Amino acid sequence: MTSFFQNLGMSYEAAWFTATIAGILLIALPLMLAVALIIYAERKLWAAFALRRGPNVVGPFGILQSFADGLKVFLQETIIPSASNRGLFLIAPIITFTVALMAWAVIPFADGVVLSNINVGLLYILAISSLGVYGVVIAGWASNSKYPFYSAMRAAAQMISYEVSIGFILICVVLWAGTFNVGGIVEGQRSHIFGFINAYAFNPLLFPIAVMFLISSMAETARAPFDLTEAESELVAGYQTEYSSMAFALFWLGEYANVLLMCALNVILFWGGYLPPVDWAPLYAVPGIIWFFAKILLMFFIFAWVKATVPRYRYDQLMRLGWKVFLPISLFWVFLVSGYLMFTGHFA
Amino acid sequence: MIQLVSFYIFASIVIASAAMVIFARNPVHSVLWLIVAFFNAAGLMVLIGAEFIAMLLVIVYVGAVAVLFLFVVMMLDIDFAELRAGFIKNVPLGLLLAIVLVAELVLGIGAYQAGAVQLGTPEAGVATVSPTVPNIEAIGALLYSKYVFLFETAGLILLVAMVGAIVLTHRRSHNTRGQNISSQVQRRPEDATRNVNQPVGQGIEL
Repeated sequence: MTSFFQNLGMSYEAAWFTATIAGILLIALPLMLAVALIIYAERKLWAAFALRRGPNVVGPFGILQSFADGLKVFLQETIIPSASNRGLFLIAPIITFTVALMAWAVIPFADGVVLSNINVGLLYILAISSLGVYGVVIAGWASNSKYPFYSAMRAAAQMISYEVSIGFILICVVLWAGTFNVGGIVEGQRSHIFGFINAYAFNPLLFPIAVMFLISSMAETARAPFDLTEAESELVAGYQTEYSSMAFALFWLGEYANVLLMCALNVILFWGGYLPPVDWAPLYAVPGIIWFFAKILLMFFIFAWVKATVPRYRYDQLMRLGWKVFLPISLFWVFLVSGYLMFTGHFA
Repeated sequence: MIQLVSFYIFASIVIASAAMVIFARNPVHSVLWLIVAFFNAAGLMVLIGAEFIAMLLVIVYVGAVAVLFLFVVMMLDIDFAELRAGFIKNVPLGLLLAIVLVAELVLGIGAYQAGAVQLGTPEAGVATVSPTVPNIEAIGALLYSKYVFLFETAGLILLVAMVGAIVLTHRRSHNTRGQNISSQVQRRPEDATRNVNQPVGQGIEL
């Protein structure tokens, strides 16, 4: 995109600057729209699982429901509890929201269509997602109220626990792809199985960790069945209890942007990213971005399906799953994958 | 141009937030300023082309260490009046620390101006920063060839430290009752409930 702006007669610096800003807007604005629509889609899905109708009043099929909700919270008064820590109370939702958007910088939407094609792309995602916990923890502490505080404690412990196993799972994929570059990982999946299936997930050695990554990503985004941070039967609304209007909406948007990001990561790491499912020339006529979004939506359907059907975990079960089940298995899998790659001479 | 601007932005934020770590009254604010400092230090690392170190800095320090700090500090119930009460008592210790730090600073600047210490030829022992070779490859190639024994020793020391921490904190208590997960999972409704067809007017035996 930089060369496009340079052709308009700008200097390199100005063109690069304009192109980066344009790229950020091109990702962030459609993402917000996608979040609004995905919330609607999820509500419709839950309604279908529960044999209800779901939102069906605002606009055709209720498709404008999220926008109506957005307008509603926008017009509400922002209530700041007098006992809260005012500055941090307001910063917390901004952190959650910003961090949720930042990681999208290294996600390739199609071949070569990526805002920042860096060598340490996957590490960048890991680093940014480790920042996500601060939004929740600061919100819980700044609210100066007991339920948000419990929730913040839970969130911090939960996210750190699952980040460990996510790290090991990423290492397995990186070993196989031979690169930390996100685009390189997608390209590594081209005709991976039997020379024509474009996905790591069908590799028998990687399929178990694909499942583990799906479960860990649900825990990492604090989605059901791991939504202990906002368990309404115990903690009112968790860290969001004291929030209202736009501050609450920012949490909401950030949460769903994070869920979409985790779906995108699942797709990129194990299901071939922007590549078509099989390596067959006519399928490449469909643009990569459409394959990518189709796969993300499929993954999101699984997320919504799980949320609609699986009961919430108990907190000790959540910790046990993270530390006593996923951590040893993923650690063992790193040995297994690296050993396999070494003995088969993958890098020779 | 843009490197210069970003360097000054990152560097000034690092210094300002590091100062705020000390000046902030509330310890939670201190930890948060520390996180800002870490984050901008990572930005400085990116500027010199060490993107791997930058990411590690964020993952390890911001993502793990600072969370633990925040965890501990948030739990503390801090009474500021009590903190100030101990001020006079700790003045000598604080002064001593300040003198040591100033002396080290003066010595360091003096030594730096006298010329850098020769650490050997840079080609053999230093990972190169180049736009074509990724950082991770450069560091890995060096770490697993030339420094492999040092690297493995570091790993061994960390392992021993981990085992030591577990041994020190692990206590087998006799009054707690652990959970048997497999028996919990294998429990079926038939094991816990029974259906009875109780005649009217008779008590039920529990």
